[in-house]
Amino acid sequence: MIVAQRKKIPELLSIVERHRKVLLLGCGTCVTVCLAGGQREVSIIASALRMAAKLKKRTLEVEELTIERQCDNVFLEQAAEATTKADAVLSLGCGAGVQALAERFSGKPVYAGLDTAFIGILEERGVWAEKCAACGNCVVHLYGGICPVTRCAKHMLNGPCSGSREDRCEVYADRPCAWQLIYKRLKEIGQLDRLKETQPPKNWRPSLSGGCRTIVREDHRV
Amino acid sequence: MKSDAFEPKIVAFCCHYCAYASADLAGSMRIQYPPNVRIIRTPCTGRLETEYFMKAFENGADGVLVAGCLEGGCHFVEGNLCAKRRVDYTCEMLEEIGLEKARLRMVNISAAMARPLADTITDMVETVRNLGPSPLKSNGKLKQESHS
Repeated sequence: MIVAQRKKIPELLSIVERHRKVLLLGCGTCVTVCLAGGQREVSIIASALRMAAKLKKRTLEVEELTIERQCDNVFLEQAAEATTKADAVLSLGCGAGVQALAERFSGKPVYAGLDTAFIGILEERGVWAEKCAACGNCVVHLYGGICPVTRCAKHMLNGPCSGSREDRCEVYADRPCAWQLIYKRLKEIGQLDRLKETQPPKNWRPSLSGGCRTIVREDHRV
Repeated sequence: MKSDAFEPKIVAFCCHYCAYASADLAGSMRIQYPPNVRIIRTPCTGRLETEYFMKAFENGADGVLVAGCLEGGCHFVEGNLCAKRRVDYTCEMLEEIGLEKARLRMVNISAAMARPLADTITDMVETVRNLGPSPLKSNGKLKQESHS
């Protein structure tokens, strides 16, 4: 899922400073699961914004709504009426959701209320970790299902850097060494021989370096 | 309004198994505590979310007290520890908003601690009385020096 975290209230207040009536729009998908932009967070942040505005003697009306998914035009219809009534939309969706909203409601200012961080999973209660860098050229099959591009701080593709200490990463001591995990995993599934293969330098062309990426499926086009 | 006329409104979320029982015991023992608190019984303080505290302040509470079991003594094992973290998180958010975080407090009270509960409530009422009415109310004014 896409993992995000909320911006601080003073920043949100300054983002919507030009407006008097704002729709705070949550998303029921990834950001609900990572507790950043679901119905509950909409309720909390709406209260916070109303209170903060009142303390600053500002007039700010905050309407609350959470839709199923912000990154899909079909679901955006659920927000059409509320968006029409508001001066601006403050989205608690991910970056994709915010931009989908801005495209769908072209005449309405749309702002991001969250900082979209990464593609990751819940590791333990209250802890999310990045697992995929969306590099566009997946190599996970070579490493026992553990991505060194994302999880090794140095993106090493041909073995560890030798800086790890007691299974911990040299760069981030609170994180496990990805290469230690890869070794353990390959050993567990009987594929240690994969480590004997030397991997060529990674092809970064399909990554973000070339700008906005698109995928076209002719078989699905109309 | 004169400051001495101000009577704080405190919302007290009390867990069923400990703090609420101690309030009940305080009544049985005829122990007096200020009538400024509006007690809301919750199955466990672990049930409380940040949302509850925010809504209480937004709707005019001058202070919010969260009273759970003693640490290690929660009927639901660690509900009070969850509540503590949520109260801390809400305090941070109150500071972002510009509201004094001293208006929100978590305490741990066992079912037998009627007197400490009364003392805690008295202390909370006095703390909030010194802070003044919630600045979110029309007669309220923010006390900047209370930020720490």
